[in-house]
Amino acid sequence: MTLLSVDGVTKRFGGLAAVSDVSFEVPEGTITGLIGPNGAGKSTLFSMIAGAQRPTAGRISFAGKDITGWQPHEAARAGVGRTFQLMRVFGSMTVLENLTTAAHLRHRTKASARAVAERVCAETNLGSYAHRPAATLTGATKKRLELARALATSPRLLLLDEVLSGLTPTETAEAISLIEQVHAQGITIVLVEHVMQVVMSLCPRLVVLDFGKLIFTGSPDDAVKDQAVLDAYLGA
Amino acid sequence: MTATLAPPSARPVPARKVPWGRYAGIAVVAVLLVVYPLVAKTSFLQTIGVTALTMAIASTGWNILGGYAGQISFGHAVFFGTGMYGTTLLVTGGWSPWLTMMPIALLAAVLGVLIGLPTFRLRGHYFSIATLAIGMMVMSILPNIQWLGATDGLSVPFLDEGFWNLTFSLRDKTEYYYTALGLFAVATVAAWLFLRGRIGSYLEAIRDDDVAASAVGVPVRRYKLYAVAMSAALTSIAGSFHVMFVTFVDPSSSSDLSLSTAIALIAVVGGAGSMWGPILGAWLVIALQEYTRTYLSATGRTIDLMMFGALIILVAVVDPRGLVNLVKRGYRRVRR
Repeated sequence: MTLLSVDGVTKRFGGLAAVSDVSFEVPEGTITGLIGPNGAGKSTLFSMIAGAQRPTAGRISFAGKDITGWQPHEAARAGVGRTFQLMRVFGSMTVLENLTTAAHLRHRTKASARAVAERVCAETNLGSYAHRPAATLTGATKKRLELARALATSPRLLLLDEVLSGLTPTETAEAISLIEQVHAQGITIVLVEHVMQVVMSLCPRLVVLDFGKLIFTGSPDDAVKDQAVLDAYLGA
Repeated sequence: MTATLAPPSARPVPARKVPWGRYAGIAVVAVLLVVYPLVAKTSFLQTIGVTALTMAIASTGWNILGGYAGQISFGHAVFFGTGMYGTTLLVTGGWSPWLTMMPIALLAAVLGVLIGLPTFRLRGHYFSIATLAIGMMVMSILPNIQWLGATDGLSVPFLDEGFWNLTFSLRDKTEYYYTALGLFAVATVAAWLFLRGRIGSYLEAIRDDDVAASAVGVPVRRYKLYAVAMSAALTSIAGSFHVMFVTFVDPSSSSDLSLSTAIALIAVVGGAGSMWGPILGAWLVIALQEYTRTYLSATGRTIDLMMFGALIILVAVVDPRGLVNLVKRGYRRVRR
């Protein structure tokens, strides 16, 4: 079943088309890698799916509903969770308070939101940081918190924007196993990533953008043989 | 989504320690507040007490919007003035002062929402600038409204002494003091209940990062409007009480910029975004203000503003999280 469908989506900033006429589908329960060189329009596409930017043209449907132009909080309520490339944790709150805030989306009372937060906190291995103010965490832990916070909203689709870049090899391994665990829970994942080995091993499906245009959809094995993809990465 | 994904190494979340320090703090402050008028017998000291508690209520209102939601208002005197004028008019019409508080607070809340509706659409400091502008507009419009007494202002009609009339002996202000203390307690509990659950989390999330807040499902604008409504209502109640104490309201006593500044400054000096901020800040700022007024100048207007400026610099340099954080740091050092 198709969970997310992007249909002819275009975003123009003045005369520049950051994303032009991109269409692809994401089946429920899959991990899809969204890749492309710098400036290909990956983040803009993410923003539009999450409601942070409104497409100039085209349609985005999620779980059968047209969510084009929805506000971010409406997309979150519908089940789209996201992380930010430049980390945006709630700095003055503790880790647990960050997660409780996110859990409040589906849990009205403080007690039940807190229970969800504690579960997510343990599952994402943030237990020992639970009562630390988020502003005092290291970059890698902040990224982990971003992911945990998105999970605490109980999303159906998780948009991960470069959660692996800038991590040490150990941290990367931990993050990958976390993403695999999240996927095993049945959550659909779309991730933007620059670390190619990771994308190749983690994602059975790739969507490749270049200069705002869709140039490839398919498996990683086919991607490395595709002339358009090779041109985009190595220069024609 | 019932499957659990805890890795074998997952450490459980340690339980939070019981905050004995906080309970002890509440007990100490409560005892001090109750005992104060029994020790401070002079009219001057009692006026400081009543005024400090009134301003603590007003500042508790400001703190919800400014301290928790991070929307800095420089115009809260407008809501304070709404309370002062509204209660005066209704009491003149024969109402009990107590009965005027809720409807006037509701009016102030509506006023707050009306200011918030257009300005919360924009991100950044537009709300702050708008509150500053509205405060100045009200200040220049008020002297021209005849039914609000124009520049002469309005006097609260003479009422018999008694709790129902919120009118007591002025020779000994103990009764005013304890009434103000009760009202402050109610306002603090109301603010605490308002903030303890989802609303409080959402407001702090908006203050920390509004983009991230909306990504986890916070309807940012709607929650800012909740905050401004509650904030304006509490500040208006402080104004309602204040006018019964001073029995007179005119444009400069109700709406000017130095009043707006004082309401904001009290929370900031005490600790913005903390329930402790308003009460700690109010005693310090009001005591300083009354002493400088009495000993340094006849009206104190300019001295007030100079002092406010100095306090802002002091807070920024010593500890931007205010007095409450100084006390916490001291407490932690003693315990260690």
